[in-house]
Amino acid sequence: MAIADTAAAAPVLDEEEARRARARRRERLGRWLMPLIVLVMMIFLWDRICVWNNIPHYILPRPGLVAETLWVDRVILFKALLITLRTTFLALLVAVIGGVGLAVLFTQSKFFEMSFYPYAVILQVTPIVAIAPLIFIYIQSKLIGMLLCAWIVAFFPVLSNTTLGLKSADHNLRDLFSIYGATRWQRLRYLQLPAALPYFLGGLRIAGGLALIGAVVAEYVAGTGGVGSGLAFTILESSYRLNIPRVFAALILIAAMGVVIFMALSLLSHLLLRKWHESAIKRES
Amino acid sequence: MTLQETGVAAGAAAAQPAPLLSLDGVSKVFNGDLVALKGMSLDVFQGDFISLLGPSGCGKSTALRLIAGLSHPTSGRINWAGGQDAGDLGVVFQEPTLMPWATVAQNVWLPWRLRGKSFAAMKGRIDEALALVGLEKFAASYPRELSGGMKMRVSIARALVTNPRLILMDEPFAALDEITRHKLNNDLLALRAKIGCTIVFVTHSVFESVFLSSRIVVMAARPGRVIHEVAVVAPYPRGEDFRTSADYAAHCRAASAALHDAIGD
Repeated sequence: MAIADTAAAAPVLDEEEARRARARRRERLGRWLMPLIVLVMMIFLWDRICVWNNIPHYILPRPGLVAETLWVDRVILFKALLITLRTTFLALLVAVIGGVGLAVLFTQSKFFEMSFYPYAVILQVTPIVAIAPLIFIYIQSKLIGMLLCAWIVAFFPVLSNTTLGLKSADHNLRDLFSIYGATRWQRLRYLQLPAALPYFLGGLRIAGGLALIGAVVAEYVAGTGGVGSGLAFTILESSYRLNIPRVFAALILIAAMGVVIFMALSLLSHLLLRKWHESAIKRES
Repeated sequence: MTLQETGVAAGAAAAQPAPLLSLDGVSKVFNGDLVALKGMSLDVFQGDFISLLGPSGCGKSTALRLIAGLSHPTSGRINWAGGQDAGDLGVVFQEPTLMPWATVAQNVWLPWRLRGKSFAAMKGRIDEALALVGLEKFAASYPRELSGGMKMRVSIARALVTNPRLILMDEPFAALDEITRHKLNNDLLALRAKIGCTIVFVTHSVFESVFLSSRIVVMAARPGRVIHEVAVVAPYPRGEDFRTSADYAAHCRAASAALHDAIGD
């Protein structure tokens, strides 16, 4: 009797569970599929608008032509991509070194923080487009000028996030370090820096995107001399020549680069935090 | 007569050698007018298990912070027999206070690491401390994978890994459920029987203080001060038998009465 009851009851539960599983699968699939469908529809609409309105390709090229340009101009575009990527990457590197370095100095010395923090904020809030022309007047090397531009934009999120992280180490742990007679360096190395890591990585993700913006602005202002032309310069040059398909191709590459940088930094963050930080832990529901 | 008043306990203490640690008329005033602790005198002897028992605001945590050297007395002196160095003290806070980015073994290594000892050199000591709290299988786990009680055990292992002369515990089990707390109370006594450490334990639970300690220092608030010291003369080891004995109930009643005195003042 009891066995029969269980057998009768079990399928009902299974059906519920199966429905939930189906819903989960649909959601997983939808996460990829829905944006893809939107993309295809947008491209189709773009194509139709060009055809219906007879828009010439030097005003708005059809998507097919942009794709073709991506392929035909691949050598020029790839070279430009590498140059922009190099500027972005170097700027991000300098932003990390500068941002973390300043954050450590700020937390080690109150006076240093009091003296210099306001200027870090001023540097951050002044639009880079306004400063960039001056930078290239005073700095001869285009590469260094570009790095400086990108650095000014990118270092602040690293600085402010890392400072916050360094200060947010658990109070009881700080007491414990005092009780065990930790030196300043030990406290920084074993307590403050690990505690700041999640904050730093959050800042890094923002800085990655900003470094790209900084690099693009720098290319616009600096032009090409001595460094070779990056993607932003390619856009500028192509637009003067009304080579609009190439403008679009370069634009797509810049956007893709931004996405890849963001994804790479997110992956880095996940790998570094997955063992211990709440943000990286998957929960069973 | 199972309960003895301060005078008798002090008389017994006089037969012992000089105290490990003594507080001599220690006061702490915050912001010039808030008296957190007033004229506290206490001798801690080798092997003592002392509970500081009292309502909130009675200065028991302040006393612990003073002993730990985290703040300095406004007046009075704290003397360590033979001076104090970094390995003399182990501390367990109310929260487990573990580093979430480090494994259990690395957390226990911390006191040694801060004294420049490598993990490899201390591996034996770390394993030993973890075995004492029954967590030898969890050395490679991260704190977030452990339950609240287990995290507290790690915290205790860290406090005793340097074999300190004195372990300070600031309401370590207050945030745990009753079942876990009883278990950890039993384990703490077993641990103490094994390694014979000296403990100063802060609690606001009469039952916990009677079960664990050999001496209970009852404190009162506003201003924080010591008003009674009661000795619990029941022999160790104490287990579930003691927890349900009439003797235990009598001790609890006496400690409660002393505490009511403290609150009633």
